[in-house]
Amino acid sequence: MIATETALALQAPQLMTTPPLLTMTGVSRRYGDVVALQDVSAMVYPGEVLGIVGESGSGKSTLLRMMNLEDTPDTGDYRLALPDLPGNLFDLDRFARRMLCATRIGIVYQNPHVGLLMQHTSSGNVAERLLIAGERSFAALRGRAREALDASEFPLERMDARPIELSGGMQQRVQLAKAIALEPVLLLLDEPTTGLDVSVQALVLDTLKRLQRDRAITMVIVSHDLGVIRTMADRVMVMRRGRVVEQGLADQIFQDPQHDYTQQLVHAKL
Amino acid sequence: MTLASLTKPWEAMSYGFLDASAKRELRRKMLKAIAVPGCQMPYASREVPMARGWGTGGLQVTLTLLKPSSVVKVIDQGADDSVNAASIRSFLSKVSGATETWDTTEATILQSRHRIPEERLRADQVLVLQVPNPEPLRPVEPNMSVARQMHADADYGRLWLILYEQIVRSGRVMQGAAYPSLVNGRHVMTPSPIPRWDVPKLHMAQHLTFLSAGREKRLYAVPPFTRVEPLVFSDVPYQVEDHAALTCHRSGVSGYFMNEIPQDDGSSAFEVSDSHLGIKTIRQAEGAAIRIGPTWYENGKMPQ
Ligand SMILES: Nc1ncnc2c1ncn2[C@@H]1O[C@H](COP(=O)(O)OP(=O)(O)OP(=O)(O)O)[C@@H](O)[C@H]1O
Ligand SMILES: [Mg+2]
Repeated sequence: MIATETALALQAPQLMTTPPLLTMTGVSRRYGDVVALQDVSAMVYPGEVLGIVGESGSGKSTLLRMMNLEDTPDTGDYRLALPDLPGNLFDLDRFARRMLCATRIGIVYQNPHVGLLMQHTSSGNVAERLLIAGERSFAALRGRAREALDASEFPLERMDARPIELSGGMQQRVQLAKAIALEPVLLLLDEPTTGLDVSVQALVLDTLKRLQRDRAITMVIVSHDLGVIRTMADRVMVMRRGRVVEQGLADQIFQDPQHDYTQQLVHAKL
Repeated sequence: MTLASLTKPWEAMSYGFLDASAKRELRRKMLKAIAVPGCQMPYASREVPMARGWGTGGLQVTLTLLKPSSVVKVIDQGADDSVNAASIRSFLSKVSGATETWDTTEATILQSRHRIPEERLRADQVLVLQVPNPEPLRPVEPNMSVARQMHADADYGRLWLILYEQIVRSGRVMQGAAYPSLVNGRHVMTPSPIPRWDVPKLHMAQHLTFLSAGREKRLYAVPPFTRVEPLVFSDVPYQVEDHAALTCHRSGVSGYFMNEIPQDDGSSAFEVSDSHLGIKTIRQAEGAAIRIGPTWYENGKMPQ
């Protein structure tokens, strides 16, 4: 078997007839001397879950931040198949980016301190999203925050507690509620269960799976835990040193890894 | 020819106390502030013979606006006769030759701490409000450079979030004075610590308002006929203080903002906060030929 550091030819699943929701082409990003992303391309189809695995520092979080328009690459093109947003999303101005992020993309960070206002109430954290999108009715804010928290299987009797007072699993549920409150077309999850104990992790994954089933949300999930990726992802992208070294259907990657690095990864797990 | 004939006679200070370059800088910033209503403009706050925090920001704006024909009124919490108001007023007239007044309707420039007079201001009057803390985002964002970016992005979700949480916790909006308000549909400002009662007076007003913070070195403006809308939820109406039914125990006027005066027996008496309106009412009742101008509130209600 030949191992190269270049990406294997990108093959869209054969039966896919709809165009991809997310298309990223040739994204590169350096931070000083560090090459965080090198010519990364990715596609995600509507309703699909793309899993991204890779060792620490391989650029997974950086890629997700690009998808959330928090950062701009040195080169690259990013499109979402939204009727009102043709063109490269990296060319949008700050204002348009912020609106797009707030209303069409949801994100759950590994570290809840990044994603949540810890000193505000949990329901308020969700309500803030709705406020940014222009909701100005108190009753509607309250009702929609409650719905989103409920959908994330957050215990509603604690909806006005501050995240700082909550357990890690509950904090992730608040982040999730905030992310899905505006019914985004794309949900980005950066190590959503890392740092949770195994039983809580399983519960959060259950919630994510259920959401995915009920709402057919398109998701991109990053994890260094192959178990998580195996449970969640339809397709998997393997990253190493800022490059995509392999990608394919989840089963294919797990059963028949092609790239050296992926083989090591899969075997280490087994 | 003597040297004396070539120079101006010695003067203790420039006209209006501030030197020409200070005034020029302030005027520039004041014009910018008018051009972008509600947006805070940084300025180089100068030394004035008063401690920062006592209205030096307002004072600098007023000094820049003064001319010999100006008529100045200065109030502190509605009163013309408080020590601070009286000394600012006499300082202003001393350095500019402007006339002092207590009468809102006569003044051309009104400098105020924490109140807007009850008599309506006209297009030929300028209101200068002293501001201790100009940044409405401070309670939600301690980092001021981030706060500035939030203004640039019109990212005010967290201000609404505070109101949301007040209603969740207490069943109503608890924000009292300095109620955050959206100016011209774009920038949220702190209207200085005026009570909620006074905020609607700024909305589509005929007069120009400057708000200036000397310690924080920021000034902003509400030009005439500009929308000033307190942040409120569509289903939780804005409420002013419950003063409409109170009567002033000295002048007998009612329907205006009142100060509460605790009495020896534990009860409270009320006194109209705009003290000169009270004085005018009393003198009118005594038969003096006094003209009380039209007021913003009529019978305790603000006409829409
Ligand atoms: N803002 C930044 N400034 C400088 N370097 C950065 C920045 N963001 C990322 N990097 C660098 O880019 C590389 C990729 O980082 P990234 O966080 O994307 O890795 P990761 O795959 O998410 O790793 P982990 O599994 O540990 O979270 C790292 O070497 C990191 O130090
Ligand atoms: Mg990471």
